[in-house]
Amino acid sequence: MALDKDTIAKRIAQELKNGFYVNLGIGIPTLVANHVPPGIAIEFQSENGVMGMGQFPFEGEEDADLINAGKQTITTMPGASFFDSAVSFSMIRGKHIDLTVLGAMEVPENGNIANWKIPGKMVKGMGGAMDLVASAENIIVAMMQVNKRGESKLLKRCSLPLTGIKCVKKIVTELGVYEIIPEGFLLVEYAPGVSIKTIKNATEGTLIVSDNLKEMSFS
Amino acid sequence: MINKEVRNVAAALEGVEDGMTLMLGGFGLCGIPENSIGALVEIGVKNLTCISNNAGVDDFGLGLLLQKKQIKKMIASYVGENAEFERQMLSGELEVELTPQGTLAERCRAAQAGIPAFYTPAGCGTEVAEGKETREFKGKMHVLETAYEADFSIVKAWKGDEAGNLIFKGTARNFNPAMCGAGKITIAEVEELVPAGSLDPNQIHIPGIFVNRIFQGAKFEKRIEQRTVRSK
Repeated sequence: MALDKDTIAKRIAQELKNGFYVNLGIGIPTLVANHVPPGIAIEFQSENGVMGMGQFPFEGEEDADLINAGKQTITTMPGASFFDSAVSFSMIRGKHIDLTVLGAMEVPENGNIANWKIPGKMVKGMGGAMDLVASAENIIVAMMQVNKRGESKLLKRCSLPLTGIKCVKKIVTELGVYEIIPEGFLLVEYAPGVSIKTIKNATEGTLIVSDNLKEMSFS
Repeated sequence: MINKEVRNVAAALEGVEDGMTLMLGGFGLCGIPENSIGALVEIGVKNLTCISNNAGVDDFGLGLLLQKKQIKKMIASYVGENAEFERQMLSGELEVELTPQGTLAERCRAAQAGIPAFYTPAGCGTEVAEGKETREFKGKMHVLETAYEADFSIVKAWKGDEAGNLIFKGTARNFNPAMCGAGKITIAEVEELVPAGSLDPNQIHIPGIFVNRIFQGAKFEKRIEQRTVRSK
C-alpha cells in the first residue's frame, strides 16, 4: 500500500545520524522531526533564524516572536540559538548543515529540482530553496510521486522553472526510495505491498531497479 | 553618546518620498516594523520599491501598502500568503523580482558592509541567474549578485537605547540586523526604548552606528500568521 505523508517522513527519519544539523522544508519534510530515532542527537535549523527548533507550543504558550520558516509557532530545545538571516544562510551556503529535506513539484532523472513556480499561475517564490539546493551536499526530496491529476513527478525532463541543478541525491515518495544515478532513478526500496509495476507506471523518467532492492522497513 | 531618538514614527519617516526604495525587516509577519508600515499607509507615499523577504498578508504588514497600490516594485523571496499580491503581479500592475532568500539577506549585508557584489552558487542554472555574470570557483558555477541600494532601511527590534543600539528577540531578528546601515538612512522602531547605559554592551546585536533614527512604537499587534499548537 502507498505510504501516507507521515510514513514518508518516518522513512526519511531513518536517514538521520547522530550529530546531524538538519534543515527541513515546508510540508512533508516538517513531519520528519516527529520521527527522530531514539538515542541520537539532532538539531533542526529553520532558515528564518533558529537552530535547535522544538515542537509546537502548548495552547496559550504561543510566542509571536518564535516561528519556523513556515510561519508556524514553535518552541526551542535546550541548547538552541537565534541568529539573523545572513548568518542563517552562512550555515547553509557554508555547508555546515548536514542534511536538507525538501519538497518538489518535479524531479527529473538528472537530479535537477523544480519546486518554486508555475509560470502564469502560481507565484509563491523560492524562499530559501535555491540557496539550500545550490550548496547542500546531502539533499533528500520528500514528495508524493504522482500529482493530483495522476501524473508522475519523477520525470525525464523538468517542464517547470528550475530551483537547482544536479543536486538531488535521494527521493522518498509514497511508493519507494530512489537514488539518482547517471542512468536515471535507481529504485532501492519499495513501500510495503506496492508492486514494481505500480512504481514503473508512476515513474515517467528512466527507472532502474536495484539488485539490492528491498521492502521499506519500519521497526 | 550620540542621541538617535526621534519623538515618533512621523519624525522617523521624515524624508520618505514617492518613488523611493525601502528595505523592510521581518520574516512573514514576525519582526516587521508595523508602526512604520502603518504610518507609510497614512502618509500615502507611492511608487515605492520595497525590499523585504515577504509581502505580508492581505490585511497586515506590507499587504496594507499593496492594498493602497503604494508599491510599484517588490523584491522578495516568498510571497505565497497574499492574494492581492498575486492578483497585482499576474495582472502586471506590480513589478516583482523574486530572489533566493540567502541572496536577499547577503545583498542587504553587502550594502551594510560596503561590499559592492559577491558570488553565490544560489540560483545558478535557473532563471535567477539569467543575464548575470557567472564564474567558476573550485569547479562550481557561481552567480554575481550586487549589494542593494536603498533610500531607507526600516527595521524592528525588541529593545533599543537612545544611542541606537539594538537587541532583537527570538526569530523576530531575521532580516532586521543585515538591513541596518544598508540603506542611506536606517530607522529602527523598538518595543522598548531605554536610556543610554541601560543595556549591557555585551548583549547588543546591532551597534547604534548603523542606526540613524530610533523610536518606541506606539503599539505592537505582533500578529501570528500560522498559530500552531499541540495538546497537553
